[in-house]
Amino acid sequence: MTAMQPALRLEGIVKTFPGVRALDGVSFDVMPGEVHALMGENGAGKSTLMKVLGGIHQPDAGRIIVNEVPVQMATPLEAKAKGIVFIHQELSLAEELSVAENIYLGELPCKSFGRVDWALLYERTNDILKRLNVGFNAKTLVGDLSIANQQMVEIARALTHDAKAVIFDEPTASLTDAEKVVLFDVIDDLKAAGVGIIYISHRMEEIFKITDRISVLRDGSYRGTLTTCDTDQDAVTHLMIGRALDLSRSAAQHELGDVAIEVRGLCCGKLFQDVHFEVRRGEVLGFYGLVGAGRTEIAETLFGLRSPSAGEILLNGQPVSIASPADAIAMGISLVPEDRKGQGLILGMNCRDNMTLPQISDLTAGPFVAEGSEIAIFDQYRDKLDIRTPGWKQQVGNLSGGNQQKIVIGKWLSMRPDILIVDEPTRGIDVGSKSEIHNLIRDLAAQGYAVIVISSEMPEVLHVSDRIVAMYSGRVMRTFAANEVTEDNLIQAISGIGGDRVA
Amino acid sequence: MTALTRQDIGRLLARQGILFAFVAFMVAFTLANGRFLAPDNVMGVIRSSAILGVMALGVTFVVISGNLDLSVGSMMSFSTIVVLDLHDKIGPALAIPAMFALTMCLGALIGFLVGYLRLNSLIVTLGMLSAIYGLTLTWSGGKNMDIADKAGTWFGVFGQSSVLGVPVPILMFGGLAVVLAFMLAKTPFGRKVYAVGGNGVAATFSGIPRARIVFLCYVLSSFCVATAGLMQASRSMGSQNTVGQGLELSVLAAVILGGASLMGGSGTIFKTVIGVLILGFIQNGLLLVGLQFYVQYVVTWVIIILAVWLDIAVKRGRLWSPIA
Amino acid sequence: MTNVTLTTLLKRGAIWGFILFELIFFSVAGEFMSLSNKAFMDIDNMLLLLKQSAPIGIIAIGMTVIMINGNIDLSVGAIYALCAIVLLDSLNWPIMAGLGDWAIPLAWLLALLTGAGLGAINGLIVWKTGVDAFIVTLGSMLGFRGLVFMYNGENPTSHLNWTLVDFAEAQVFGLHTATWFLLAVTAIMWFVMHKTVHGRNAYAIGDNRAAAVNAGIRVGPHMLINFIMIGVLAALSAVVFYSESGSVNPNDGQLYELWVITAVVLGGTKLTGGAGSIIGTFGGVIAIQLLRKGLGHIGADTQTVSLVIGLILIAVLFLDRQLNRKGKEELRI
Repeated sequence: MTAMQPALRLEGIVKTFPGVRALDGVSFDVMPGEVHALMGENGAGKSTLMKVLGGIHQPDAGRIIVNEVPVQMATPLEAKAKGIVFIHQELSLAEELSVAENIYLGELPCKSFGRVDWALLYERTNDILKRLNVGFNAKTLVGDLSIANQQMVEIARALTHDAKAVIFDEPTASLTDAEKVVLFDVIDDLKAAGVGIIYISHRMEEIFKITDRISVLRDGSYRGTLTTCDTDQDAVTHLMIGRALDLSRSAAQHELGDVAIEVRGLCCGKLFQDVHFEVRRGEVLGFYGLVGAGRTEIAETLFGLRSPSAGEILLNGQPVSIASPADAIAMGISLVPEDRKGQGLILGMNCRDNMTLPQISDLTAGPFVAEGSEIAIFDQYRDKLDIRTPGWKQQVGNLSGGNQQKIVIGKWLSMRPDILIVDEPTRGIDVGSKSEIHNLIRDLAAQGYAVIVISSEMPEVLHVSDRIVAMYSGRVMRTFAANEVTEDNLIQAISGIGGDRVA
Repeated sequence: MTALTRQDIGRLLARQGILFAFVAFMVAFTLANGRFLAPDNVMGVIRSSAILGVMALGVTFVVISGNLDLSVGSMMSFSTIVVLDLHDKIGPALAIPAMFALTMCLGALIGFLVGYLRLNSLIVTLGMLSAIYGLTLTWSGGKNMDIADKAGTWFGVFGQSSVLGVPVPILMFGGLAVVLAFMLAKTPFGRKVYAVGGNGVAATFSGIPRARIVFLCYVLSSFCVATAGLMQASRSMGSQNTVGQGLELSVLAAVILGGASLMGGSGTIFKTVIGVLILGFIQNGLLLVGLQFYVQYVVTWVIIILAVWLDIAVKRGRLWSPIA
Repeated sequence: MTNVTLTTLLKRGAIWGFILFELIFFSVAGEFMSLSNKAFMDIDNMLLLLKQSAPIGIIAIGMTVIMINGNIDLSVGAIYALCAIVLLDSLNWPIMAGLGDWAIPLAWLLALLTGAGLGAINGLIVWKTGVDAFIVTLGSMLGFRGLVFMYNGENPTSHLNWTLVDFAEAQVFGLHTATWFLLAVTAIMWFVMHKTVHGRNAYAIGDNRAAAVNAGIRVGPHMLINFIMIGVLAALSAVVFYSESGSVNPNDGQLYELWVITAVVLGGTKLTGGAGSIIGTFGGVIAIQLLRKGLGHIGADTQTVSLVIGLILIAVLFLDRQLNRKGKEELRI
């Protein structure tokens, strides 16, 4: 290692925005053939750093050095030309174009009269696809590929350049386990080819499986680099948040009430089949499974957003039919959806209006909205949930992720529901707010709510749930009681017990 | 109280820019021609803007809910022709409600297609523009429609008479504007319109019946169109089949001038009224200084582009777009 | 997978199926209802149909490009009228009289340059201000129309040149001059959109603008080029039509944007950009013209045409949505 020069080195990168020092002297390096994890809470400066590396922002101070040559990048294109390539979290592909056109997007080989040189394009593309060993060809439309294969197209795009450093931003967010294995193989190949890799992820298991070193950012500044094989999760977490996060089990301390909701043999086409569970008052039922296992779809069905093809839903022992969210709300069911900005909030509206939206028809004085009662409700839940905002007039789009999530939770608590469904309660939220929200969920259960928590984070599910439903491919594999669940058997269950479990 | 920073001024301009433009515009024309702000001239302008204005009120709801309505001009021709035709057949007292019912059926149809079937509003209302025009021609047989006995009917009150010196069209425009302004700003329905236009998915996840809200916006819009048709028919007592042709674009121009975003979720009735008045006063002012009516097209063009440009320039904090 | 392909095929072929249906329907219905004794599928009738499709068709091809690119242009009717005025008025200039027949190509060039200029104005405003193309072209639709009126007041502009008329009425291999122009424009624009880097980038921008920007595609110049292209095509359409008619009213070309967008949507171009085909639009143009002619043939009033076209546009939208539905499992939002 000593003789080798880093593929990419950052020296004292500083970036300030009006009123915020987003990056404060960040320095680390990535060696060729190394997988280097970059970790930090949301807001720690990872995305700003990536934008600096990607040529979207210019650093105020500091140097970026590729292969010992200081570089400056004014545009994303220049960054690419310098050998820094991104695999984005949101895929940036044109679905109606072919694989080859996407791989060479912006750089189609050109003949006379501005014609595309198709022969050369396909030849080059096939070379790259062969290297990646994928099952589709250059002429396939990208829209016809699976998410994982689309990601392969992005990676192929990275290979068209003499990439010095490839940056993966949460690459496994929407991959199945089998697809992850393929992805990790490709990362291994890149390593072997001497490419430096920056791997951004929140998922500790992955980080410890594939990375060589881990660098941590906190509050815009560099907190250190650890060698992966010499460290553990606690040490990394400690660097990230400055303290260890308590995720110990916390089963119910209080008496459970009667069954609030029971689901029997619920099916919805191919999305999920024969689902059965019950939730008691005062209980938190966790749903754990991979993305696409059908958890969110169950929640949406309970909330009247999908029609079940079979099965029944019983509230307080009575069978009910829920045809719309309005029905669900009237029956005391509330849903905090997984996509906060897309489904939970109207970003252009102020905090108060967002919070009172579901009950706006009831908050009236004569034909008009009773704004006084609205403000009273807002104030009540702002205090209760400790929402930090200058006032109710603030547009929710300007709040931090954690405060936004509390607005959504407040919105539903103010409806005084019997059953609260929370889908991915802490996605994209910083660690501090995370534990606040976990405590809140436990508190709600203690107050007698029946709570359903859907999460893709195992520590979270283990931490907040009294019982856990493990789902795999649209089916309930097993329901664990508090005392019988371990990380191992939970992972087995969500990968299809005894089946083709991927290590 | 600290001094206004540039940012504050920018924000103020963004929020009330259209009002400033309006005032500046009025001052300029008053200087150019003293008659501009004479009461009878002002009254005349508002009166001639009233029909366009009433339609713009309804379209404001549609635009805030995140949709477009290009069919209002065509629909206004339809209401005018229908009410004139029915006037001589069943008398004004029955013709007016019948015309409102028929027009609102068309609005309900559009509302059903856009709201419940979730079809693209631009294309649906473009199609309806054409279809309703065909319907109007079929109704009238392509001929102009006239009231036979113009002297012997009270039908003219909506377009021609005055109450306490104020022309009835102005009263109708003003009254409807006040009612709809309250409806939009202060009632649960208005709040839901903003919610649906701001983020339709999130509105649905909050239990708001998105389809019904969109449907109601179109029905409301068609009610406004019917009112405009009534005012038009009553004023002229006779009409061509193409009386409303092209109005959809002037209406949209007024709504956009008022600052409603075509993406939905923003805009107010007050601003739309200002937008309507600006269009009206531009037309009048240019005529007063001796220019032809079509000069207003060019001026309107420039003003629309500048107004929207200013709006987004302030929002993004820079004048020129970042498009490479 | 086969299901997807079937749907795609169905959608691609839909416009041709519809044209076939129209041909059969009007032929059969014409037998019973026709006012004239001529058959609908008469070859002269069909040739005439192609010729009459040309003015709308040439603009529609340009609109396809604009819509694939993710924009829209509502000002085409006004550009068309203004270019027609430039064409006919310039032929009346004293300086042109001295040029003999050379005045004709010069007048054409002037008209095309006018179109390019107006298109460039739209394109530059969209590019540099970042205002949505719908609003920009809504504005210039008014503004350009104002220019039309300012040019010659409310009077028609005329110039009759027999060389020009002869050229416009010529038939080569049976096809009229206008038809040749339409076919040439279709072929050239198909080539541009499918075989050139500019065309492929235009698709990419309409499909996923952020991705195109990240890949270093310069969105602005591509949009500008497309707006200039539609300006030139609107001018070409005016050249083709007014060479023959020789007189333009200031209100000509109104509602053209409506017909043009109808043809493009019928031809299967996606409203949100990224997908669409030149050939499909050609089919859409033919389908609309067939409908107009066919309804006339079976003796329906002219007013029925507007009604039917409006309803068909909505029906197409509805069918498209039904074909793309996922069925009962769909999220009800």
